[in-house]
Amino acid sequence: MTTTLFSPALAARFDKLVTLYPVKRSALVPMLLYAQDEVGYLSEPVIAEIAERIGISELDVRNVISYYSLLRTQPAGKFHVQVCTNISCMLRGGNEILDHCKKKLGIPNKGVTSDGVFSLEEVECIGACSWAPAAQVNYDFHENLTPESIDKVLDDYRVKSRDGSAR
Amino acid sequence: MATLSTHPDCVPLVSCRFGKGATEIDRYIELAGYESVRKALALGAEGIINEMKASNLRGRGGAGFPTGLKWSFVPKQSSKPKYVLVNGDESEPGTCKDRLIFEHDPHSVIEGVIIAGLSIQARMGFIYLRGEYRYLLQIMERAVAQAYTKGFLGKNIFGSGIDFDIVTQTGAGAYEVGEESALMESLEGKRGIPRIRPPFPAVVGLYGGPTIINNAETIATVPHIFRIGAADYAKLGTERNGGTRLFCLSGHLNKPGVYELPMGYNLKKMIYEVGGGIPNGRKLKAVVPGGSSTPALTVDEIDIGMDFDQVGKAGSMLGSGGVVVLDETTCMVEFALRTMKFYRHESCGWCIPCREGTDWLEKSLTRLHNGGGVDQDIENIRYLAENMLGRTFCPLGDAAAMPTIAFVKKFRKEFEDHLDGKGCPKHYAAEPEPALV
Repeated sequence: MTTTLFSPALAARFDKLVTLYPVKRSALVPMLLYAQDEVGYLSEPVIAEIAERIGISELDVRNVISYYSLLRTQPAGKFHVQVCTNISCMLRGGNEILDHCKKKLGIPNKGVTSDGVFSLEEVECIGACSWAPAAQVNYDFHENLTPESIDKVLDDYRVKSRDGSAR
Repeated sequence: MATLSTHPDCVPLVSCRFGKGATEIDRYIELAGYESVRKALALGAEGIINEMKASNLRGRGGAGFPTGLKWSFVPKQSSKPKYVLVNGDESEPGTCKDRLIFEHDPHSVIEGVIIAGLSIQARMGFIYLRGEYRYLLQIMERAVAQAYTKGFLGKNIFGSGIDFDIVTQTGAGAYEVGEESALMESLEGKRGIPRIRPPFPAVVGLYGGPTIINNAETIATVPHIFRIGAADYAKLGTERNGGTRLFCLSGHLNKPGVYELPMGYNLKKMIYEVGGGIPNGRKLKAVVPGGSSTPALTVDEIDIGMDFDQVGKAGSMLGSGGVVVLDETTCMVEFALRTMKFYRHESCGWCIPCREGTDWLEKSLTRLHNGGGVDQDIENIRYLAENMLGRTFCPLGDAAAMPTIAFVKKFRKEFEDHLDGKGCPKHYAAEPEPALV
């Protein structure tokens, strides 16, 4: 690629990624996720560049995006709060944690705060069943939650956002 | 971050290196790491498969298929390259065991992949982790890089003249990708739509080549079998159910956690002794024995050994090892509804019984739970679920139907208590009733 939307490190990673598999297209799902991590969401130009790198149509790329729940085509908050309410979490107060986050952040499920710092999503099982209720903020797990402890978690991220530390 | 729980009855085999710094390859080698692959190299392909058969190891993903037998189905001659694929797309609600393996002992997964590869003369393996497990992917990638540095992966591994590569892969959020054929589609960069079988992956799998697909726990167990010997491994468990497994205890328990216990361990003991019993002096109502897709067991059904055959005999499945415990305060309609909401969300929509069935079941259960149900709803729920069974490409349809049938059958009284406009006696904030159109 002569021009790229991605950082030199990510572009170099993508150049290597497509060579690892028997077919280039196997790099598609990881590329989409890593691109989203850097850019924030899968924008039109991101989709176009990835389609070109893999050598498939943009439609093909969109088709794949729509299947995977972590992939998004709209911006989320800088800190994406994902609260699990599946069975093991539900039994230990997952719904209450979700309700608490809605109130605290003042946004509904799938909402983004007006300052763009937080977004909230009710998610399916994240693999923290024995340490329920649990949530992920971006990729970080927060477990054995109570309304008090999730308050602390969110406050800490709020401070982080003011520090300007990256996602 | 995730830690193993222990109890005097635990048998630390797969977990024997957890918490001991074994993510570092030198430490792993100190703890007898990569010795099993040397033994396997000496045994050769046939020897490996015989050892695996003798171990009585059965797949830890849920179906419990004998691992050695699965490997033996891969044809010796193949015009296409053969592959090993590790399923670390752990997503079955109630299951959080593979996380511990990737976090604490990533080299055991690598070693297992190499041994599996040797048994079928594959030259490449893939380790697929769910997208949510980003920190584990980083641990796994680092471990793979270390193994390359040591010459355990790449060209001429262990000086054997054999080349073997491993690629780690991330998913991006999809329960269905945990199904073997959907997993292969995902790894090929597509939507995770299941493939019709036969042909099975052992014959036509990844990139059209013969493929071994195993759950991460199954693969991580392999080096331990070669470490202690298949006969000794088999003896840890029960008849036809060799070894130990990581049980994930969750829900209404005093000591939820992931515990490594022998196959066949008594479920009642698991709940009351290992898991510390039910909190707040409450009574047990039900147990989901092997992840959300397995039919719930009632209080009278839990005095059983937790192996594939005994749980099967009790009308459920050992599944993925996710034991979810429900106390007497749980509303079974709400629990059934939450389970169905999950399957509706995860259905890929490829086949109609699953796509439509999960949707209508969620609607019906929501209406019933909110007090808008009519008598016929309960029968309709049962009938709908029964008609999904065995009529879908992949087991997701069954996974949604099986628990639902059991909920209606075993807790019918609770469903009936929601009728006559009463709604849930326990629900704290009823949501608006959806229209059934």
